[in-house]
Amino acid sequence: MDLNTVTEVRDARQRGEWRPGDAWLAGGTYLFSEPQPHLRRLVDLARMDWPPVAILADGSWEIAATCTIAELSAFAATTGPATSGLVERCCRAFLASVKIWNTATVGGNLCLALPAGPMISLTAALGAVCRLIATDGTRRALPVTDLITGPARTALTEGELLRSVTIPARALSARTAFRRASQHQHGRSSALLVGTLDGRRFSLTVTASTPRPVVLEFAAPPTAEALSTAIDGAVGGNWLDDVHGIPAWRRHLTLRLADEVLAELGAAP
Amino acid sequence: MTVEVNGRSLDGPTRPGQCLRTYLRERGLLGVRKGCDAGDCGACTVHVDGVPVHSCVFPAFRAVGRRVTTIEGLARDGHPHPVQRRFLDAQGFQCGFCTPGFVMTAAGLDTAAGLAGTPPEELRRLFKGNLCRCTGYRAIEDALRGVRHVEHPQAGTAVGRSPGAPAGPGIVTGTARYTLDLDVPGLLHMKLLRSPHAHARVLAIDTHEALRVPGVRLVLTHKDAPPRLYSSALHESVDDDPADTRLLDDVVRHVGQRVAAVVADTVSAAEEGCRRLAVTYEVLPAVTDPEAATAPGAPVVHDKDPVTSRIARPRDNVVAELHAGVGDVDAGLRSADAVYENTFHTRRVQHASLETHGAIGWLDADPATGAERLVIRSSTQAPFLTRRALCALFDLPPDRVRVVTALLGGGFGGKQEMLVEDVVALAVLRSRAPVSLEFTRAEQFTAATTRHPFTVTVTAGARHDGTLTALKLHVVADTGAYGNHGPGVLLHGCGESVALYRCPNKRTDARSVYTHTVPSGAFRGYGLGQVTFAVESALDELARRLRLDPLTLRERNLIRPGDDLVAPGDTEHDLHLGGYGLDQCLRVVRAAGSSPAEPAPPGWLVGDGAAVAMIATIPPRGHLADAALTLLPDGTFALAVGTAEFGNGTTTVHRQIAATALGTTVDRVTVHQSDTALVGHDTGAFGSTGTVVAGAAVLRAARALVDTLLDAAATFHALDRARCRLTDGAVVCAGDRVPLEGLHAAALAAGTSLTATGHSRGTPRSVSFNAHWFRVAVNPDTGEIRILRSVHAADAGTVVNPLQCRGQVEGGVAQALGATRSEEIRLDPTGAVTTTALRGYRIPTFADTPRTEVHFAVTTDDLGPFGAKSMSESPFVPVAPAFANAVRDATGVRFTTLPLTPDRVWSGLRDQGR
Repeated sequence: MDLNTVTEVRDARQRGEWRPGDAWLAGGTYLFSEPQPHLRRLVDLARMDWPPVAILADGSWEIAATCTIAELSAFAATTGPATSGLVERCCRAFLASVKIWNTATVGGNLCLALPAGPMISLTAALGAVCRLIATDGTRRALPVTDLITGPARTALTEGELLRSVTIPARALSARTAFRRASQHQHGRSSALLVGTLDGRRFSLTVTASTPRPVVLEFAAPPTAEALSTAIDGAVGGNWLDDVHGIPAWRRHLTLRLADEVLAELGAAP
Repeated sequence: MTVEVNGRSLDGPTRPGQCLRTYLRERGLLGVRKGCDAGDCGACTVHVDGVPVHSCVFPAFRAVGRRVTTIEGLARDGHPHPVQRRFLDAQGFQCGFCTPGFVMTAAGLDTAAGLAGTPPEELRRLFKGNLCRCTGYRAIEDALRGVRHVEHPQAGTAVGRSPGAPAGPGIVTGTARYTLDLDVPGLLHMKLLRSPHAHARVLAIDTHEALRVPGVRLVLTHKDAPPRLYSSALHESVDDDPADTRLLDDVVRHVGQRVAAVVADTVSAAEEGCRRLAVTYEVLPAVTDPEAATAPGAPVVHDKDPVTSRIARPRDNVVAELHAGVGDVDAGLRSADAVYENTFHTRRVQHASLETHGAIGWLDADPATGAERLVIRSSTQAPFLTRRALCALFDLPPDRVRVVTALLGGGFGGKQEMLVEDVVALAVLRSRAPVSLEFTRAEQFTAATTRHPFTVTVTAGARHDGTLTALKLHVVADTGAYGNHGPGVLLHGCGESVALYRCPNKRTDARSVYTHTVPSGAFRGYGLGQVTFAVESALDELARRLRLDPLTLRERNLIRPGDDLVAPGDTEHDLHLGGYGLDQCLRVVRAAGSSPAEPAPPGWLVGDGAAVAMIATIPPRGHLADAALTLLPDGTFALAVGTAEFGNGTTTVHRQIAATALGTTVDRVTVHQSDTALVGHDTGAFGSTGTVVAGAAVLRAARALVDTLLDAAATFHALDRARCRLTDGAVVCAGDRVPLEGLHAAALAAGTSLTATGHSRGTPRSVSFNAHWFRVAVNPDTGEIRILRSVHAADAGTVVNPLQCRGQVEGGVAQALGATRSEEIRLDPTGAVTTTALRGYRIPTFADTPRTEVHFAVTTDDLGPFGAKSMSESPFVPVAPAFANAVRDATGVRFTTLPLTPDRVWSGLRDQGR
């Protein structure tokens, strides 16, 4: 929809002051989908020409904030099966159309911080770290799990830019398991779980059923009972309650899917 | 700094916050549609550098220097794109509003082989970002796969065959024109300021700052509004609805009610003007729950005079009520061997037509008299009633107001309501400039109308053999803040739902209650969906208590030919069994249960369920239609009808009826419609009347024109009238043949035109029947429900156009499945709607919608044109109870509240220890 209070677009390549009423514009698929009467200026990231995904010297993936879902999906398809399957399943977990993939970005999904944001699920599960640049140029690194602080809430300071998110090489070689539940086929996720097994180290990341990602790490795969207990302990009864499912159902699904993840990756006997 | 669109460079700057959709539409590319304006529905799909995107969430400035293709630019060298041709061949559309988006998406995916071989699951995933509210997606899937359905019947044989919709070529090429697809020079734009309070008095509105916004021309408040009270509902009889609504009121009664209107040169300025209005409210106590609203001491929603307002009991918040019975229901219950009682709930759902409400108004001069005339082009299902309402509101004679409806992008009852025309008319009369108002998708949810939520307690008793002894209803409907359609929906809901059964003792106690919430209104089924859910669920359960097959219990009690149709309190006596195909419908659903269905996944619970429904073919108390048919100089015919086309297919049907009666082919009949300047009167396109009322008028006009043509041939060419007959293109008489072109010329020379009219009064009325059957599988661990098979049987009398009628059934089933499985408007404790976008209000997608097998009873009706009955609301009605009955059969749990979302189903199973 038209954002009629926006009177200016600034190319992000040109230096400029951050002002109240500014917003970073990546794909625009969220910004243009709701009224934004507080906005006056869009700071356009489209011409930054950041490579969508850069493979770093140590094998890590640095995914630019402006990398589109379509670009990520295409890139992952060229990589080994360990990660390409997980990336594609996370891409397909979007409620949004495959056409939206052509413009929506990884960074946009992270900054929107919706509980069901599948790029959050992906990057949180793989221990990814965000590169952030504040308006005064200060740079910091922040794990995805710390970036997302609640539904549509992040640790970003006013005007702070998400430049990229880096998935460490080691996580890319881990075995993974993916489980998702939704009220509807191709609907918004009501629970989205990703498990990883790196050697004996097991991790489980719970998203969509909780207000923010919950990551549980174990030196070795736990028993199913221990995993359930750990999930309940970490969530502390704070299951998400919205139109995509009641809390009790989301808890039930989360525990059930966690069992399946554990079974797939090899539970403790 | 140009954008290349369809091979042409477009100049003119993009605005900083503009989306590509409005950039394109402002430059005349009107095939790019606004459906949701939020990236959810896909109606605005275009290609940017060959890649399909949703143009409503694509920043316009990013299209600069790039190549954009819209639906208008898809054809090559004058030849339609293969996808466009496939949508025509399969008739993969109804209202057509979403079609450009589907076509552009498909074209963006298209390979040389088309999508014919794409696996079903992949096809459903690829199209999850394209919503269609009309078709139920089967027709679209057939189009994507290249299935050809459309027929080209021979002269005089069109009724009963499936020619395509006349609007089809325009729909697939994006040239079809909907309400706001019109370029009006000097057009001003309106935005409405809406109430943040559920109940408040407007003490003051300071317009000073708003009027200082550059471009703002006019601010309208309650001080500008006529004092007259009316209803936004449109019915042939004004007395059907309470007069409780003021154009702009100094009391607001729900969050979202309009408080003021700002008219400006641009939408942007109008929005800014609304933000600058300073309103002082005195907040008043509010009640948002219908039970609480009727408790003593509850805040009164409308403190009005019951006689002049036609509100039954204003001080008690009761807009309408019904307390009536036949026989002795208590005695009936005492004589029963089993009694079942339960309370059923249906929630608020929205029509979600892809085209939102909108209107453009302007002043012109009447071409006949030169007098100034107000013209309103609006998204209404009832242009003539809208004109009448505007005339009453502004004290204007009928010839000073013209209301025109273009193609409608879906209606479903939502547009049987005056929600924009009144305020646009006021703005035009005040500004004397053309003014446009277009609802946002959020306004559709917060400030249009919804289906009435119902709470229905059913008490039903029967003997061991299944014979019903008593049927009792206690009904509370929530009409929201205004009583538009409140009485009608209540009475209709309690009508055919119980008249369907022979039972000596029936009792109904029902009321429709005001609350400080978004108003309810007309919705497909008009109350029957809600009450039938309760009755059909209860009868299913009663049969189980008696260890009877639920279909057997129904067969024992359903009305049969010769029976009277009896519903408590029904005072109309013009409803008849004009035809009877209910027995055939039952046979279809019974056969479905004994034939194979898709297997269920291991561990899932499987069950079957059915329900039946009846609906009057025409609303009570008069539904009128005029039609006029004229022979044109080239020997073809112009047909004028008053009723509107909103994807229901009446234009196709009217052409078929006229062509059949005139012995010609459908391409020789051109239909002009839904314009108060065309014919005398038409009640409107609601109540499933397009075929049975307007179609009857068309048939009468056509038969009259045949006589007129034969008379003319006999007179002008000195032929024996008794031996004259009309063939395709000529009157023949023994060896003589008078081509119609010649006949027209002869008549013209004699100073006369060859024209005839037809009229229909919509009485007496008949009934249509529907039955639905599901086999479902329920995952007891997640609450997920899969439909393994879906079968629908319909008694539509003579099926005028089988392809279209099948589409009406499929679309009705799909829409009903939305209300059954996912759709629910949610309110916060203040009564404000929180589900304001399609991403939070789940209407069925392609992936959510099963293919439904559609069977038509072979019957004919005594009353309808060519024996046809109506078939557009009714397929909706039996779906929810059939689904709930199947879930009951699978799980043993009776679900009484819609929608049956997986979390609720899982909860229900857990609560019952299953």
